[in-house]
Amino acid sequence: MKLNERSLAFYATCDSPADNTGFLYKKGERHTAYHRRWFVLKGNMLFYFEDRDSREPVGVIILEGCTVELCEAAEEFAFAIRFAGARSRTYILAADSQPAMEAWVKALSRASFDYMRLVVRELEQQLEQMRSGGRRRTEPLVPPRRERSLPSSSSKENGCAVWSQESSGLPNGTLPRTSHEGAPRPPPLPPRRKPSLGNSPIPLLASETPFTPGTTTFSQLHDWYGQEILALRREWLESRGQL
Amino acid sequence: MRYNEKELQALSRQPAEKAAEIGMRVPKKGSVVKRRLVKLVVNFLFYFRTDEAEPIGALLLEHCRIAKEEPSGFSISFIEDPDRKYYFECSSEEQCQEWIDALRRASYEFMRRSLIFYRNEIQKMTGKDPLEQYGISEEARFQLNTHQA
Repeated sequence: MKLNERSLAFYATCDSPADNTGFLYKKGERHTAYHRRWFVLKGNMLFYFEDRDSREPVGVIILEGCTVELCEAAEEFAFAIRFAGARSRTYILAADSQPAMEAWVKALSRASFDYMRLVVRELEQQLEQMRSGGRRRTEPLVPPRRERSLPSSSSKENGCAVWSQESSGLPNGTLPRTSHEGAPRPPPLPPRRKPSLGNSPIPLLASETPFTPGTTTFSQLHDWYGQEILALRREWLESRGQL
Repeated sequence: MRYNEKELQALSRQPAEKAAEIGMRVPKKGSVVKRRLVKLVVNFLFYFRTDEAEPIGALLLEHCRIAKEEPSGFSISFIEDPDRKYYFECSSEEQCQEWIDALRRASYEFMRRSLIFYRNEIQKMTGKDPLEQYGISEEARFQLNTHQA
């Protein structure tokens, strides 16, 4: 499959904010040797470089649809990125310390586009309700449950390893062991993408569309960006002694 | 650059946000418009031959520019090479505008900016950080000051 690799490489190295960076040991595909690589997480793309100042990534792991788990490995502080599917590769990575490992597992399990979209939609709905003067919510929001049956025998939920079999499929179920915040609620678990059946090229339209900000929201977005520009302009004029 | 092609192929089979048969011309010398099945899934635009199950290719839609091209078409180009354009020809202005809107909202970076915006607005209105209940309020990617317009 062709992929716009040059654009990917640019995305990896440009100065847009990274969601996590650091050295990790990556287990090779065929051999058991681990290679130290510099990892950069941006969105749902996990890039890895030979070194911190390499100009181009060696590779990228597209994270959509993955699960992240702690794993039993000879290496300490190891975790795995797994994909559904018969002959999918599992990536085994190892951090230098427990906190680093936890930070990576947390970041990676929330890296999917779906998760981001879920949170954005939640906030958008909250804002809409507040604007329309609607009912005040007194309890924390429960993320909308996707209508799909989660496999009952699965002991792993997308995003974190769940160690008990019961109630592992519920968004507000057991707290995963990897969660370390003191917060009373676990973050909404990223919805698992259901693999489609068959290989037909007939497009299946998702029942949900991405958020559709209303026109009032867009004009506010516009004003909001504009404020930053006005502030920058004011600074610039001041620095030139023109204000 | 190495990448997990199998997973990308699996992604191309997921339900699409948008899919249609439209004309497509790639930025290669002497290329012509060809009818393709174009499918938007998360921040990837896949394109297939109309009778094939596996995509010919995929475009990651980050740091890209979606521009209207007359008549009833649009182009996708990337920030590091803005003259290198992928052209698409739609069957109507309406279809064209729908695609432009959908593609402009399809990037992870766009969602990140929207999230920061909504978070900021809600915080202004309620004095509370709406991300706190998710336990993600400290994450660098959602901070106002790391946002670059």
